[in-house]
Amino acid sequence: MNNPGDENQGSTGISAIRMEARNLTVKYGTVTGVKNISMPVYNEKATALIGPSGCGKTTFLRALNRMHDLTRNAVISGEVLLDGNDIYHPKVNPVVIRRKIGMVFQKPTPFPTMSIFDNVVAGLKLVGIRDKNLLNEVCERALRQAALWDEVKDRLTSAGGSISGGQQQRLSIARALAIDPEVILMDEPTSSLDPRSSSKIEELIHELKEKYAIVIVTHNMQQAARVSDHTAFFYLGELIEFGPTEQLFTNPAHQRTEEYLTGKFG
Amino acid sequence: MKTLRQRNTRDNLMVGLLYASTILVLTPLVIIIGYVIVNGISTISIEFFTQELGSPSRAMQGRPTGLVHTILGTLVVDSMALIMAAPLGLGAGIMLSEYPDHKLNPLLRVMNDTLNGMPAILKGLLAFALVVKPMGAFSGLAGGVALAFVMIPIIARATESALMTIPWSIREAGLAIGLPRWRVVLSTVMPAARTGLVTGFLIAFARAAGEAAPLMFTSFGNNYLPNRWTGMIFGPVDTLPQRLYSLAISPYKEWHAMGWAAGVVLLVFVLGLFFTGRVLTRQKFKV
Repeated sequence: MNNPGDENQGSTGISAIRMEARNLTVKYGTVTGVKNISMPVYNEKATALIGPSGCGKTTFLRALNRMHDLTRNAVISGEVLLDGNDIYHPKVNPVVIRRKIGMVFQKPTPFPTMSIFDNVVAGLKLVGIRDKNLLNEVCERALRQAALWDEVKDRLTSAGGSISGGQQQRLSIARALAIDPEVILMDEPTSSLDPRSSSKIEELIHELKEKYAIVIVTHNMQQAARVSDHTAFFYLGELIEFGPTEQLFTNPAHQRTEEYLTGKFG
Repeated sequence: MKTLRQRNTRDNLMVGLLYASTILVLTPLVIIIGYVIVNGISTISIEFFTQELGSPSRAMQGRPTGLVHTILGTLVVDSMALIMAAPLGLGAGIMLSEYPDHKLNPLLRVMNDTLNGMPAILKGLLAFALVVKPMGAFSGLAGGVALAFVMIPIIARATESALMTIPWSIREAGLAIGLPRWRVVLSTVMPAARTGLVTGFLIAFARAAGEAAPLMFTSFGNNYLPNRWTGMIFGPVDTLPQRLYSLAISPYKEWHAMGWAAGVVLLVFVLGLFFTGRVLTRQKFKV
């Protein structure tokens, strides 16, 4: 398969472009969420989606792992490619897609009736994997990756809801990491957290982007500047500009982008 | 322009009316409970809970008599009904709550509501046709089937309600880690709603425990404990509301007294179940 970017093979031998949206349009009934979006998601890099409220960045994010399948009158047209294959192809199983493209939400939602351990390995245990050694291994690996291991290793059996908000969010990230996805989508992951927890999550993103492709929606421009390598600016459902973060922030090509960045609206 | 005093008077009048109507609504309940307890409490004794009824002469001669077989019978028949009704009720509730766009849902809802509104005696009739006639005998099983028809719509409604209180974010979190939908419902949503689900069972049990009409010609009644425990499934069984009726219309005053006592037991049982259900589902205030 010849993909643009095949020449730039990453260290893992996977194409530099992990995912790609091609002419993606999402409509809810008569309302258009996003219109004709085409953009790449680079492997081992973090891509930030910024824009004012209602601009379509979350709608776009959710289209990347077929979360709109559960929305009543959502209509998707266009393609979303993962390693060159359209995830919306009729033969593709969305459950399989969501194991490869994980998602972390704004409000951390640990499963309330499960322990911390069970929360982390839910993606394995609930599909039938029972090997205790494997589960313990995966739990430790995921919690370490999420920088939560040291804080909870002595109370893995306590309830998922018994830890602080910031810890719960890292638990949600560990839960997503446990199934070993290829891409991680984050929908405003630090919006409901205090500054200390937020900065811990941002550190985490820096570590994670060495191994995964990350797409993060944020309404905090400074956060986008801090954590991402590429940034996409959305406005009224359209992709206005996409480019390397440093370039977009210091020398935006479009006037709208500049107006948003300098706070003239949004 | 009304003066402040006029508005205050009207306000007090309204509050007074509200108090009055609350008292009016509670009065029959208090009267029933009080009347039954006052008339029945004196007949409650150890024998009541350990002896069978036997023939009328037993009571008239002052020999020990009680309703242990009735109480056990109620528990057995109602439990059988719950075992049969729970999977169907849960299934219907899950369908209505978790798959709201399924094209069978409008039909399911109509059928559930119709079943709920159908007089219980007709459910007994159905159980008679389905179980009593082929078996050639009255049985606890037939009574269980009749009561299951009573329980199913109650459980379905309670299940749907309970599941709908679980926020969408829990389902989203489950789907986002690549779990199939049925797995998300079974392992993340239902455990979170377990209190509401259990309460649905309790309320259904309490409702069914109070039904007499459908049991008259399905489990029929029995003055004795069966020899083997299987006798309660395959033979006629005594249940509290049906026995209460039989005792009340009998010509023996000793049996009338026992009827009052049966009423007390039934009352305490049903109120206890409802109260437990309310306590379990009370809103816990988040700090």
